[in-house]
Amino acid sequence: MNKKNSWLNILSLSFILLWVILASVPFLWTLWGSFKVESDFFSKQDWRNAIFGVRTIIETGGMFTTNGYEGAWIKEEFWRAALNTGIVTLSVVTISLTLGTLGGYALARSGFRYAFWILIAALIFRAMPHITLVSGYLLPFFELGLWGHLSTTIIVLVAINQPFTLWMLHSFFSTIPKDLDESAMVDGCTRFEAFRHVIIPVMWPGVITTGLFSFLLAYNDFAITALLLTEANQTMVPKIASFLGSAQEQGNVMFAVAAVVSATVPLFMLVMFFQRQIVSGLTAGAVKG
Amino acid sequence: MPHYTFLKFIWPSALAMLVFIALPIMSTSVQSLFIEHEKILETVENCTPFGCKEITKVDLEATEAQKAENPLGKFNGFGTYTNRNHLAFSELKQAWRESNGLNEFLAEVFNLPFYKALSFTLSYTFIVTPFVIIIGFFIALAVNRLPSFLKGPTIFVCLLPMIITPLIGSLVLFWMIDAEGIIGSFLQSIFNDPNLSLKASPTLTWIMLFVYGIWHHTPFAFIVFYAGLQTVPRDTLESAMIDGANRWGQTRHVIIPHLMPLAVFISLIQIMDNFRVFEPIIGFNAQASATSLSWLIYNDFRSGDGDMLFGSAAATSMLTIIGVSILMTPVIVRTWRANRPSQGVS
Repeated sequence: MNKKNSWLNILSLSFILLWVILASVPFLWTLWGSFKVESDFFSKQDWRNAIFGVRTIIETGGMFTTNGYEGAWIKEEFWRAALNTGIVTLSVVTISLTLGTLGGYALARSGFRYAFWILIAALIFRAMPHITLVSGYLLPFFELGLWGHLSTTIIVLVAINQPFTLWMLHSFFSTIPKDLDESAMVDGCTRFEAFRHVIIPVMWPGVITTGLFSFLLAYNDFAITALLLTEANQTMVPKIASFLGSAQEQGNVMFAVAAVVSATVPLFMLVMFFQRQIVSGLTAGAVKG
Repeated sequence: MPHYTFLKFIWPSALAMLVFIALPIMSTSVQSLFIEHEKILETVENCTPFGCKEITKVDLEATEAQKAENPLGKFNGFGTYTNRNHLAFSELKQAWRESNGLNEFLAEVFNLPFYKALSFTLSYTFIVTPFVIIIGFFIALAVNRLPSFLKGPTIFVCLLPMIITPLIGSLVLFWMIDAEGIIGSFLQSIFNDPNLSLKASPTLTWIMLFVYGIWHHTPFAFIVFYAGLQTVPRDTLESAMIDGANRWGQTRHVIIPHLMPLAVFISLIQIMDNFRVFEPIIGFNAQASATSLSWLIYNDFRSGDGDMLFGSAAATSMLTIIGVSILMTPVIVRTWRANRPSQGVS
């Protein structure tokens, strides 16, 4: 290896190191700080207080305190929001995958021109900012008495998710050879039977990847859940936003910090277990898209 | 696949998109032509031992009845579009007449809520998107050079800013940038200015939001480029090397052309996503110096005493949709050309 190359290596390594620090430190910092008291995490005197927890030791007697977590989960009933998020994300992922696999399969196998137009329409729908759609929902939902229910939010999120799901599953199904299901149909299967017995067993890699992205969309949404749900059945993200509204009260900021850390944990787990699927899914989408 | 079978497979998905995406857009466009009823006032005589006074108050019952009878409000045509909170034609004309010099005119214009939001939204879109593509490209090149046992953990860490909930990600950064947070107090000590606050200055707030946007979106570009790098044809690279191309030459003549379609794909997704920028403004509590079109719509639902401004929100929504369509047209036309089936019917 010549001299020039080793310089390049050092440059590229330090660049990566810088990015890794930028990407991870905010999370580590917040995780660490969530076990401190507010006067340490937002220290007026010395930023090192947040690391050593000077005030935390004075106020609570220990290095770490779980006051923020207790306040958020028990006093402010964050568990209710977590439960709602669980219901919403699970339903959204299940329903949108069911609709998406059927639709994506049909689009990949149709061969008629209108399938292509449906995909273009889906692309345009994908571009619509979510909140512009919310302004179309609110009035009809109020009039029909649909506003505020978890089920309404679930269906709305499923629909908003469809364009992306269709594109992704369409490009995935296009990579499955046509002969597979067509030979089953030659053997006397109907299209549905061929789908059930031949396609479903081989479709899981694509479905899992698409499901991950549906999960992220439903889990991370703020615009829709904040405007379509009543305060009683809020999900986690709008609940955190409402903590901020009442942050003037002392200690409430730490509730928000604890809630933020709690809501981040599932996302970390997700990437840890499904990193390969996320990477390969973006590849498939990108190379085709 | 016969039409009938196709229909049987596609109808649930198509119905969902029709009812919850296409119809709402139409309902928004209808709503934008209407405006809330004015409150019905009644005059009542209020008598106290010291004499009678006539006072005017809102007749709640009649107002409610009017609302129940016609929930859309009253027809306003394009009135909402042209009022001060939207396109503000008369304010623009006045500003043009009265201001001396372009700068003064622009200052006036960017004080109007819609243009203020539009200018931030467009700046955000067109500053964040190129940075994301360039930084993402270099991270992908650098990760690709890492020894393979380091690749997995590095990719894991690199993905974190992308998968994080936008509101949570912006809060996490906001707490660090806060004057009493770590970066905020660090900056204060560097510049030796105890009153320095990123929140107080509009310019710094804008930069802060751009930095957040780049931080949040770069992993997406990185991962797409990284995936693309795995498919660079090896023999082309080798023949470039034999032809005497150095590393830069290889990158310039083989890798970049190979990744170009991916860059187009990333910019398509990025323009869509950045144009709807919304959560960071809530997370950074930045609405005083930076607003976006999506934030304006949200604000119409949150402002006032429980009265949602449906007409105003709908008009902003329609203008936003028009904006997205203008931005997306070139890319959609390109996708249409690339994906057009070679024969009409097969």
